[in-house]
Amino acid sequence: MPGSYPTLQPVPHSPPPPAVEARDLHFAYPDGTAVLRGVDFTIQQGESVAIIGPNGAGKSTLLLHLNGILRGTGDLRILGLPVETKNLREIRSRVGVVFQDPEDQLFLTSVAQDVAFGPANMGLEKDEVETRVKDALAAVGMGGFEDRAAHHLSFGQKKRVATATVLAMHPEVLVLDEPSSNLDPKARHQLVDIVRGLPVTKIVVTHDLPVAYELCERALILAQGRIVADGPIEAILLDTGLLAANDLELPHGFALPYSLERGAGSCSGMMTQRMT
Amino acid sequence: MRAPDRTTPFLSETRTGGSLVRRLDARAKILGMIGFTMVVVTTPARAVWAFVLYAAVLAFLIGLARLPLRYVLKRALVVVPFVLVVAIFLPFFHKSGAGGYSLGGARVTGEGLLVLWNAGAKAVLGVLSMIVLGSTTTFAEMVSGFERLRAPNVFILIVSFMYRYSFVFVEEALRMQRAMASRNYRARWLWNVPTLGHMLSALFLRSYGRGERVYVAMLSRGYEGTVRLGNGTAFGLAETVFLGTILGLVIAIRVSASLWGAG
Repeated sequence: MPGSYPTLQPVPHSPPPPAVEARDLHFAYPDGTAVLRGVDFTIQQGESVAIIGPNGAGKSTLLLHLNGILRGTGDLRILGLPVETKNLREIRSRVGVVFQDPEDQLFLTSVAQDVAFGPANMGLEKDEVETRVKDALAAVGMGGFEDRAAHHLSFGQKKRVATATVLAMHPEVLVLDEPSSNLDPKARHQLVDIVRGLPVTKIVVTHDLPVAYELCERALILAQGRIVADGPIEAILLDTGLLAANDLELPHGFALPYSLERGAGSCSGMMTQRMT
Repeated sequence: MRAPDRTTPFLSETRTGGSLVRRLDARAKILGMIGFTMVVVTTPARAVWAFVLYAAVLAFLIGLARLPLRYVLKRALVVVPFVLVVAIFLPFFHKSGAGGYSLGGARVTGEGLLVLWNAGAKAVLGVLSMIVLGSTTTFAEMVSGFERLRAPNVFILIVSFMYRYSFVFVEEALRMQRAMASRNYRARWLWNVPTLGHMLSALFLRSYGRGERVYVAMLSRGYEGTVRLGNGTAFGLAETVFLGTILGLVIAIRVSASLWGAG
């Protein structure tokens, strides 16, 4: 109606964008090896999802897509942002990746400097950086180690500090690459406890199924560059045929400790989506 | 809960308690000790007494820093090969000239001895001043000191990476060596060469891969070309006094050496 004054449109109550939304994601290395061959999945904010799969399935490649280090073809949105050059800065400050080998993540001369690296790159004020360093180290139980050199820490301690370097950036999505590798049981428990307590979206890339079970509610199986199964983690882990078909297995004698508690009813009602 | 440093004794840091020098801002020590060395190097060799005074200043600093003398002397041994090389080539300096002595056919001249004294004294003083700097300043402090002295960021990064990953590198080399020893590999001279070559190339490839992974981890945390290492201690009164005293003393000695000539 020309001449009429604009009416206020009611703001539609839009749900928060998914943490990760991948549609037909393909990636091949320059030598032509296709690693991702049409990956489709959606992870909502607040979920904790394990991406499991055998060696060579493309897990690490997929992980490097989650903050735009690698960029394949297809549609990938992180927290609603398309992965494009102009969004990389924001995506990388909202998605924190803890890599498998803490030696790769701790490269400065003291623990405090390493933890301050991310927040400083975000352009935060000095005081804010210091507060975050302190809080992040406290969160992983490494308070008081600020001035230590990384090479004086044990492997488990390095792993916790590497986690702190990411937590200090206050990520909304936390991506963990093989969080349990090379950790002894105590260090693994510590790390699981720390990660479980964090109120963020969690994506755990691993082939350690017990740890995936401890950290996540949902699991995706990545095999030969595709998501071949997606469902509640109990349903996936109880499906021995599915696991075996994808070169995965639970450790011998491992029982899902909470499967009854979480309800046999809900367990039987769970649907695992199988895709091929 | 500190992991023992048994695998990497070659780069272990020495920290000597809470001495005054230890607590000073790194910038004061860097400027002081580099300034000291530069002034010493420009001093004419014939001003022997000036070198004695420089040594006295250093002795005072070593005492102030409470560095164990044995430790300082042990570390100072690094100048020996350097001075030896100069000594070996002495007979070839300044074929003619008065003084000196003969060693068989070769003749060492007074000029030549002066060259040896010059190189030796300056090397010893320079190394000692770096020992004072290095043993009272941790590597992290040193790097952050250079950063705040506006050294180029690339230089700072290369140095800190080199330091950080030397530990990882040595550990990898040791692991590889142990793995070879476990398969009964015994180093014999002729076999050793190709194996050593393979080991070095494996180490190179690993370091190369490591470099890429570190860079990816840096990018993931928003790296955009500069690393700010953050703050350190302040440059206060103690630093000013320290730097002023050292530079004042050595410059006074240096100027006197020029004014009154060789003693």
